[in-house]
Amino acid sequence: MNTDIVIRVSDLTKRYGEILAVDHISFEVNKGEVFGFLGPNGAGKTTTIRMLTGLSKPTNGKASILGFDINSEITQIKKRIGVVPEISNLYDELSAFDNLLFMAQLYGVLSRDRKKKAEELLKTFRLYERKDSLFRTFSRGMKRALTIAAALIHNPEILFLDEPTVGLDVVAARSLRNLISNLRQQGITIFLTTHYLEEADLLCDRAAILVKGRILVIDNPQVLKAKTDKKSLEEAFMKITGLEPEVLAIEKGK
Amino acid sequence: MKKESKMWRDNVRGIFYIALKDIKTYYFKPPAVSWGIVFPITWIAAFYLRNPGNFKELVPGLIAMTILFSTTAAEAVVINFELRLGSLERLLLAPISIASVLLGKVLGGVIFGFLMTTVVTIGSVIMLRLHFNVLHLILIIVPSLFVFSSLGALLCVMVREVFEAQTLLNLPRFLMVFLSGVVYPVSKMPIALRYVAYALPLSYTVDGLQLSFSGGLSKMIYFYTLILFGFFILFIFPAVKLLHKKFE
Repeated sequence: MNTDIVIRVSDLTKRYGEILAVDHISFEVNKGEVFGFLGPNGAGKTTTIRMLTGLSKPTNGKASILGFDINSEITQIKKRIGVVPEISNLYDELSAFDNLLFMAQLYGVLSRDRKKKAEELLKTFRLYERKDSLFRTFSRGMKRALTIAAALIHNPEILFLDEPTVGLDVVAARSLRNLISNLRQQGITIFLTTHYLEEADLLCDRAAILVKGRILVIDNPQVLKAKTDKKSLEEAFMKITGLEPEVLAIEKGK
Repeated sequence: MKKESKMWRDNVRGIFYIALKDIKTYYFKPPAVSWGIVFPITWIAAFYLRNPGNFKELVPGLIAMTILFSTTAAEAVVINFELRLGSLERLLLAPISIASVLLGKVLGGVIFGFLMTTVVTIGSVIMLRLHFNVLHLILIIVPSLFVFSSLGALLCVMVREVFEAQTLLNLPRFLMVFLSGVVYPVSKMPIALRYVAYALPLSYTVDGLQLSFSGGLSKMIYFYTLILFGFFILFIFPAVKLLHKKFE
């Protein structure tokens, strides 16, 4: 078994009644890489993350994270992963510091290390000056940064980021992308879902393109561009997903 | 074995910190305090003014009402509001079980209820110079706190929105206040209503409290403790199951 593979997904399927949200997908993620999970809205990106992080049970198929099975060993997995959901869902009525402290308590960070770790993260994410401010007083970018900090409080080996820059202004999004790059340099494996393809192009070592619950292709963004003879990942994405004619038709209609 | 004991410890730790966080964040705010303590006192006082008699007889009802209203005072917020914001989902991402998350929510209500009930009980005992059996009081109050907090949790996980949960919670609250002997003795009710009364957990709380203040039979107290424990099991298991279902 290749120990460099930290996420192994085989035939994973999720069905909600008649709707097939994730359709027999299979892929692997290597240790230390930034793996992009790209697709339009409703492609099944968030559903896949929810299954891999234990928030939802797969209808079929198998997956393991760091060698632990998602169905039977989810607690072991949860101890080793950090999750940043699409919505910044920390506690409005707690301060930035108290939010991090609470997460440290929940994840069993040793009591002697909790304060130190929370302060370290607040400094890394440039929020230390506002450590006593309530979460609800933060800007969207600051909320996002604190949500990522909370996901890192227990030193996870893998970080799941679901649409991390949605709704952020250019400066905040850029700063967050720099943070993600830094995390990768620290050796954290990052599973990133986004529909900002420029962002994926900048950050990802490999990307899977998902449409209607199915993976169409997995490769390095440079290779995807070369294979489709396109200059940007966005154009490559349009060609791969078959959305190109639709876009051209819309543009002609102008 | 070691792995299991570690998991068990993780869950207990999770329950404790979730309860603590909820108390810090939601309880001890004006709405929860007024609903949990001011409302029962006002209600009983209003009833007393309408029918002045021996106020001592109303104390078990007052304590029972405080238990019922304080444990459920903020549950719609700690469960449904967090469900809406996605904060509850964040708890489920932690390495603890869904049951522990819900038990943490229940424990928050229990701790708040315990503090409110202690204030009302001590206040009543001092002001009215009541005699009571401490052990009997504990044997009735503690399981009752768990029963009503878990009932609140069960009703809250049945719906999604805060306003739906508040409405649903009021149904058993007021039904029990009228039918469980809080202000009108069950023994004086028509026989059909007596059957209804003894299907409601608050009736055992009121009866148990009356026995604790009147120096009644210990056997009956133990029997009521067991029944209350049964109600707790009856409420908590489906509540956990329903929460599980929400995240399938």
